[in-house]
Amino acid sequence: MKLHINGDVIELEQQMSTVEELLTHLGLQEKPLIIEHNQSILKKEDHSSREIQDGDQFEIVHFVGGG
Amino acid sequence: MMLTINDQQFQSRLFLGTGKYPNFDVQKEAVDVSETEVLTFSVRRMDIFDPEQPNFLEKIDMDRYQFLPNTAGAKTAEEAVRTAKLADASGLCDMIKVEVIGCDKTLLPDPVETLKATEMLLDEGFTVLPYTSDDVVLAKKLEDLGAHAIMPGASPIGSGQGIINPLNLQFIIEQANVPVIVDAGIGSPKDAAHAMELGADGVLLNTAVSGSDDPVKMAQAMKQAIEAGRLGYEAGRIAKKDYAVASSPKEGISVGK
Repeated sequence: MKLHINGDVIELEQQMSTVEELLTHLGLQEKPLIIEHNQSILKKEDHSSREIQDGDQFEIVHFVGGG
Repeated sequence: MMLTINDQQFQSRLFLGTGKYPNFDVQKEAVDVSETEVLTFSVRRMDIFDPEQPNFLEKIDMDRYQFLPNTAGAKTAEEAVRTAKLADASGLCDMIKVEVIGCDKTLLPDPVETLKATEMLLDEGFTVLPYTSDDVVLAKKLEDLGAHAIMPGASPIGSGQGIINPLNLQFIIEQANVPVIVDAGIGSPKDAAHAMELGADGVLLNTAVSGSDDPVKMAQAMKQAIEAGRLGYEAGRIAKKDYAVASSPKEGISVGK
């Protein structure tokens, strides 16, 4: 499937059905991160129920050092 | 007396930024030694192809700190609000530092967008601490909107120039009914103590520690400078006089006539 993540087009061989599956596939499931899916910001508890489809837009962000 | 912002109380009056340390070990030790209770962060895109990339959050006991993410990178109020909402969705944030930069060269804040972002985030129920210039009227307007603290810069971000307009900071502190945290431009412990002696309720600094030759030692120096400055402010300094006033008694001098 084809997803837009952080401005890049990402081709995945497997079909993912939820945000949680996508994160597990990317190895990011344990990471402190925040996801915006099709312009809506998700809470962590929504990751397992939020369904994803071909062509969806994602922003995956996290906290980095800053003042 | 403790520092109170909205309903949160702090023993430490040092807010510490988390950017540009030599490595996480030094950073962790500097944070420990500083005894800060508030850490600032930025929100950035993650490298999704590097799941092993370390994150400082994983190195610290997150329960010990309040997180103050900034909206750095935002150039408009709308961008700042989006960043604040992203930060909030982490479930880790207690407060938000509004930072809307209006000039890439000086990194000075955009006053109009800062006001707008502050108002929008207050409407959304955030605890809002806007980073602002040392403009006295703007500081008042931010407070009137309901900002939970005002964070005027001492001088441009990362410049280490210290307090370039102490009179303005003094006016801002005197007029404020919410805490004033001097944020940005602090270069040395002297600057931090200066801010506190002016009556600031706290100091937010980053590069002054992370960019020093020995960040751990500098973290301790800043902690002590802020404590010393605060004590000095509470004690009330003597008035300045034009001429000397002897501290030894004039009576009973046994030499000469």
